[in-house]
Amino acid sequence: MSNAQDKNHIDHYRRKLLGGSAALAGAAALGPGVFFTSVARAKPDAEPASSEVRWGFLIDTNKCADNCDKCVTACNDEFNLTGFGRPETDAQWIRTVTLRDKKTGHTTKLPLMCQHCAHPPCVDVCPTGASFKRPDGIVLVDKHTCIGCRYCMIACPYKARSFVHETIENQKEYGPRGKGTVESCTLCVHRVDKGEIPACAEACPEKAILFGNMNDANSEIAQRMASTTSTEIRGDLRLDLGVRYQGI
Amino acid sequence: MKDKRSTRQGYWFAAIVFALFSFEVAAGVPVPDIPKAVKGEQCVEEIGFMRRNHMELLLHQRDDTLHKGIRTKKHSLKNCFTCHIVTDADNQPVTVKDPRHFCRGCHDYAAVQIDCFQCHTSVPGDRKTTEARP
Repeated sequence: MSNAQDKNHIDHYRRKLLGGSAALAGAAALGPGVFFTSVARAKPDAEPASSEVRWGFLIDTNKCADNCDKCVTACNDEFNLTGFGRPETDAQWIRTVTLRDKKTGHTTKLPLMCQHCAHPPCVDVCPTGASFKRPDGIVLVDKHTCIGCRYCMIACPYKARSFVHETIENQKEYGPRGKGTVESCTLCVHRVDKGEIPACAEACPEKAILFGNMNDANSEIAQRMASTTSTEIRGDLRLDLGVRYQGI
Repeated sequence: MKDKRSTRQGYWFAAIVFALFSFEVAAGVPVPDIPKAVKGEQCVEEIGFMRRNHMELLLHQRDDTLHKGIRTKKHSLKNCFTCHIVTDADNQPVTVKDPRHFCRGCHDYAAVQIDCFQCHTSVPGDRKTTEARP
């Protein structure tokens, strides 16, 4: 195995070098100062996730329509999150929350999912290391090591995680789910690795959910974050969130 | 001379016992009928290696995929039952609930429980959701 790993490392460095020169060539072809930017570059299958990338959402709550739950439905369809008629314990990876200003009566609606913290409390408390953060900022549960203790559910300030109480069938091939483990929004990591955008962002008719690489100054998300006011929910916890909101 | 005879008798005894046992094995527990790969002639590794070490490859692959995002398909669980797909009378792939499923053939024979499919799907592609969300 170690030989194979060494070879993988060499391949990785070669690929990085080749990728770098290809990117240079691409930039040159488009002309000085003109860069071709895509929302998410398709990562080659063999390439590991890079810490130079920070995936995230910028959600414009002003665009979020009152009676719309298309992002929630899209997420449920994407992962076959079928309910058992028990709303208190049914899996919920994304939900809509309505905030009401007590003084003015003004209401704001927003979709809330795992905030993909840079310093995730769920990772801090996990006794088995099942709750972890990928180098590109996506917080996931390794269900192979999850013992279902649910400490992470208690630690999460956003109530973003669900526990699977029932035997699950008809899982999607990219979304394994099983009884006795905790799960949450994966930022559609299976799509992101292919260069696609998450299901909720794709489904939003108002394009209120903007997905992108927050670390890339040329990306739409970084540029909008730089030009307009956006806030973190419970920013006082200083968790450095991967999901930011406009209009709250 | 006497020693030699008893040794010969011992050989005969051993041979008869062996014959009896091999007959028992042949008659009692049938060797699993392993579904052949539908596409391709050669497995991702040499067959003997795969029989002994497939679980190590799967373990390595699962950590690489989940933690690092390396999504090569060669040693993936999905690849096993995609190549060695078993279809039923309606030409639908059988799930792990069916004893004909590729993984179950050997695992039932060796009495080794597979935990993979408590979470993972056991058939390639997506099936339609049978129950609607209430």
